[in-house]
Amino acid sequence: MTSKNGKDRLIIKAVDSAIDHFGENREELIPILNHVNRTLGYLPSEALEEISNRLKSSRSQLFSVASFYHMLSTKPRGKHVIQFCESAPCHVVGGREVWQTLKETVNLEEDETSPDGKWSLITTSCLGLCGVGPVIVIDDDAYGNVTPEQIKDILAKYSD
Amino acid sequence: MPTIKSIDDLKRIREEALKKQGMKSASGQKQIIVGMGTCGIAAGARDTMKAILEKIEKDNLSGIIVTQTGCIGVCEMEPIVQVQIGDAPKITYGKVTKDIAARIVDEHVLAGIIVKDHIVNI
Amino acid sequence: MMKYFRTHILVCVDPECLSKGAHDILDSLNDELVATGLIDEVQVLETSRIGACSQGPEMMVYPEGVHYAGMSVDDIPYLVEEHFLKGRIAKKFILPIKSTKDEELSAPTAKEIRVVLRNCGEIDPENIEEYIARDGYMALAKVITEMSQDDVINEIKKSGIRGRGGAGFPTHLKWKFTQREQSDIRYVICNADEGDPGAFMNRRVLESDPHSVIEGMIIAAYAIGASQGYVYCRAEYPIAVKTLNIAIQQAKNLGLLGENIMGSDFSFELEVRMGAGAFVCGEETALMNSIEGKRGEPRPRPPFPAVRGLWKKPTNINNVETYANVPQIILKGADWFASMGTEKSKGTKTFAMAGDINHTGLIEVPMGITLREIIFDIGNGIRDNKEFKAIQTGGPMGGCLPKQYLDLPVDYESLIQAGSMMGSGGMIVMDEDTCMVDIARFFMEFTQEESCGKCTPCRVGTKRILDILERICAGHGRQGDIEQLEMLCSEIKQDSLCGLGQGAPNPVESTLKHFRDEYEAHILEKRCPAKVCKALIRYQIIENTCTGCTVCARNCPVNAISGERHQPHFIDPDTCIRCGICVQVCNFNAIEIV
Repeated sequence: MTSKNGKDRLIIKAVDSAIDHFGENREELIPILNHVNRTLGYLPSEALEEISNRLKSSRSQLFSVASFYHMLSTKPRGKHVIQFCESAPCHVVGGREVWQTLKETVNLEEDETSPDGKWSLITTSCLGLCGVGPVIVIDDDAYGNVTPEQIKDILAKYSD
Repeated sequence: MPTIKSIDDLKRIREEALKKQGMKSASGQKQIIVGMGTCGIAAGARDTMKAILEKIEKDNLSGIIVTQTGCIGVCEMEPIVQVQIGDAPKITYGKVTKDIAARIVDEHVLAGIIVKDHIVNI
Repeated sequence: MMKYFRTHILVCVDPECLSKGAHDILDSLNDELVATGLIDEVQVLETSRIGACSQGPEMMVYPEGVHYAGMSVDDIPYLVEEHFLKGRIAKKFILPIKSTKDEELSAPTAKEIRVVLRNCGEIDPENIEEYIARDGYMALAKVITEMSQDDVINEIKKSGIRGRGGAGFPTHLKWKFTQREQSDIRYVICNADEGDPGAFMNRRVLESDPHSVIEGMIIAAYAIGASQGYVYCRAEYPIAVKTLNIAIQQAKNLGLLGENIMGSDFSFELEVRMGAGAFVCGEETALMNSIEGKRGEPRPRPPFPAVRGLWKKPTNINNVETYANVPQIILKGADWFASMGTEKSKGTKTFAMAGDINHTGLIEVPMGITLREIIFDIGNGIRDNKEFKAIQTGGPMGGCLPKQYLDLPVDYESLIQAGSMMGSGGMIVMDEDTCMVDIARFFMEFTQEESCGKCTPCRVGTKRILDILERICAGHGRQGDIEQLEMLCSEIKQDSLCGLGQGAPNPVESTLKHFRDEYEAHILEKRCPAKVCKALIRYQIIENTCTGCTVCARNCPVNAISGERHQPHFIDPDTCIRCGICVQVCNFNAIEIV
């Protein structure tokens, strides 16, 4: 019970801070969703409900927007999100091997989150870092010229 | 800085900025510029920048300005470091690891000898 | 007084250039600069290895980045007068390039000219002073103090610049159409949703020289009478967003944005809006829906944004590169800009080169340069000395052009006529080992996934094309597939709502046209000529070359290789998964693909 309340409080806090920052305005929906998604790691249905109340916009409308953009997730995401660039330029310079090793190391397939909630593995469209491919991004850190051998060391930086 | 109210205000800021740059080159100012675009950072430019700053601190060096710039355009050679001493043409180095960064400081910035094996032609 | 040089001339003093009189050139330059009183503004330096000693003596002029070669001492007074006194590039001495056209028609131009990228890597993007030191915001000052709205639009018109985002619509017309609409509010938007895989020209400008884009937008806003602007930047570019926000704040602090810009009665606010990962938002109407907080789906056009755009108000939307050109056009003049490029495509264009080419990365070249010059002179040719097979221009919705198009001049019309397009500037070079059917499938996979689903031709059509291509690559191609693909392509092109659907069939259509034999080989002979499609190839050990070292057998993940030590080995084609590991590990090149 307490943990549910705790979760609710976190959600309300995230929504509050997003709306404080961008304003209680339907036009600011995407920045608000982005902000909440960043804070909580995803958009729980309780958050969408709260935003829908505050912006006086229907939940179905909100859900249709939230489900449209790749970067917004309505499924829980792990503490650290690993993004792998799946575009052609990274693919041809060894991306495939990096992807394979990445999947094996965190033991996840695309779009999965580890049971302990530590990692989510997703793919991303081109990050424009083609000169230093293959590229992976963990949370906000971009890593270029990645080789399969480096994966372990890179992941180890996120040991918390 | 006061706001710009006329074209003369803008020109004054330009002249001041130029003067600052002019002073740097006329006095033989040593400048190290690190490319900190996303591609640079992804290739390890933060570590390179850190290595340069640490080297300067460790060796107690003075009179060296370390600044950043954006994407220089040869992403496959990132991290990129440029060295400008006075008004001599800027020299660009590619794939600058921590060790090479230290070499660049020792050999080029301090001794004036260009580290030939890591030059990039842009 | 402190000396500041506005221009640096770097004269090559390599042995070959010295033998051609570089020393005399140096002396003569200095004499001439003293005589014209420019010696305090222009500095002459000695350098080496500019790259064209064979045509020496040669020199580079910065900041313009102009490469002169082949002049004699007698030419120096002319050169100094033209370039350094009058500020006109002395075309006569620009390093000549191989011209396929009549000498008269195409004046030789330098291969790379930096207009859009002139500040990239040269300034600290987080320091507005460095931008101002390189004449930043001077164009804005000129516009506000000397020019009317129509003056600005006319100057843009005279320059001939066309949209750099892909379609190549004349920029001045967009501005004019937005300006003449009756409305209390107008908007300007910068499309910074650069989503084409492999294209990162805009990221570079945003991260390295954000003020050039901001200044271009303020000038556009002044010209059309807009008071609010948005930069719509994709969320995949967090550093570009950060740099832009810093730059906007700095411009505000200096009174270059906000109320009463530079003391005038013109006010303009600018904000950054982030996308959330949807390729289709690069389409202008979808982008505006996204700014309004809706699903980023395109709207039917007309009405065009200039008439009914953001929040139904007249809106001008241009791409990053278009705006970055604007301050230069105002400052250096429309004639200067129009002197670069071809009759209908003026100025320069940035391209991101990727694929099987020796030098990948970003370039900026004058319009009208040929694909051959880009690939072989600037890009240094094909990797590993392989044969050039095709180049895809224009991003995932562009076409693949084979080698008979190598001498095609790169401009909007020529590319469209050839079945491709300018797009935002991605170029992917493919060598002889590329399977064109597989490439078509690859791009279709991308557009099919990114189709927003709003209109049926694109949603269903791209899926149908992909199904057929996947079937062909898997070895199940059927008679009639080619005809069906052609029909689907033409219908999707005609009936789709936006540029994504209208362009989606291009990779398929162009490969069908230029590489039909490869489709036929896949479908009729069940053979992949480039040996890429796994279902259509077989790995086989060459008996005479195999030493029986057992390396392949030990590395095979599915135990498909058998054989005695020191005896030729054998691959069981039914068990083999065609992963290619055996080829990589074999030290004797004893495994072939058939």
